[in-house]
Amino acid sequence: MSTGAMTIVGCALVTAAIKAAGPVALGGRELPTWFTSVVILLSPALLAALVATQALAEGDQLALEADTGGVAVGGLVIWRSGSIVACVLAAATVTAALRAL
Amino acid sequence: MSAIVFAGSAQFTAISILAQGGGAGAAVAAAALMNSRFLPMSAAVGPSFSGGPIRRALKGQAVVDHSWALSSRGDGTFDEHLLLGASAIAYVTWVSGTAVGALWGDALGDPDKLGLDAIFPAFFFGLLLNELRSRRARGVAALGTGIALALVPFTPAGVPVLVASLAALVGLTRRARADVRERQEAEGEPR
Repeated sequence: MSTGAMTIVGCALVTAAIKAAGPVALGGRELPTWFTSVVILLSPALLAALVATQALAEGDQLALEADTGGVAVGGLVIWRSGSIVACVLAAATVTAALRAL
Repeated sequence: MSAIVFAGSAQFTAISILAQGGGAGAAVAAAALMNSRFLPMSAAVGPSFSGGPIRRALKGQAVVDHSWALSSRGDGTFDEHLLLGASAIAYVTWVSGTAVGALWGDALGDPDKLGLDAIFPAFFFGLLLNELRSRRARGVAALGTGIALALVPFTPAGVPVLVASLAALVGLTRRARADVRERQEAEGEPR
């Protein structure tokens, strides 16, 4: 099997196992309060980290680049308009425009 | 790959490691790390799924970032149908988009030139804004951002985001737990 094929099969197996584990292990049971409390805060923590690393990191460096500006404008757009489509379009357009300069 | 892995960030992580000359083992390990966030995510969704263990395990495969965030009711429970529906749409567009890209990608030119790489963070930003209703959530988001950015220079890609999830441990404080209990009681024992 080629490296590419092995990677794909490996990723598929690992991902399926991870996604199946949660619902089976905990399914149908009442969650303890501390667990719920942490899980509620997981998505702001993960989403903020995803946004920050994607907008500000290039490989292992922190850098202000065109996509940083694009994401910042996209953030402004969704904050003012609430439209995620407008936000995404603005982010892509501004990023492309900054790169074209 | 899109059809059977269905986890964008892990796919990109694995591919970038292969592109740097890494082996399949390293690529899979990094993808697993990137995907380990699905463990708490799918565990959180678990009680909201109906059906026996096998059906729930299958439904767990539908968990991806956007459908998970979209279907969260903000009180620790999830809208099962919204999650499955959102994932079904995402799956079809993700796989067909991959096919289009593979077939005609070269005709498009450089995706960076079109600013397409800004779409994901902008989309996540929109989802994030929805989550920042409480002061505690805003604090956790700031903490998560700080942790992630501080780690970027020192760890392989994927690790900063993973470690940033530790910011959610703020939920273990007595005040946070009391708030959850209060809200559950106010809503009359959710499910």
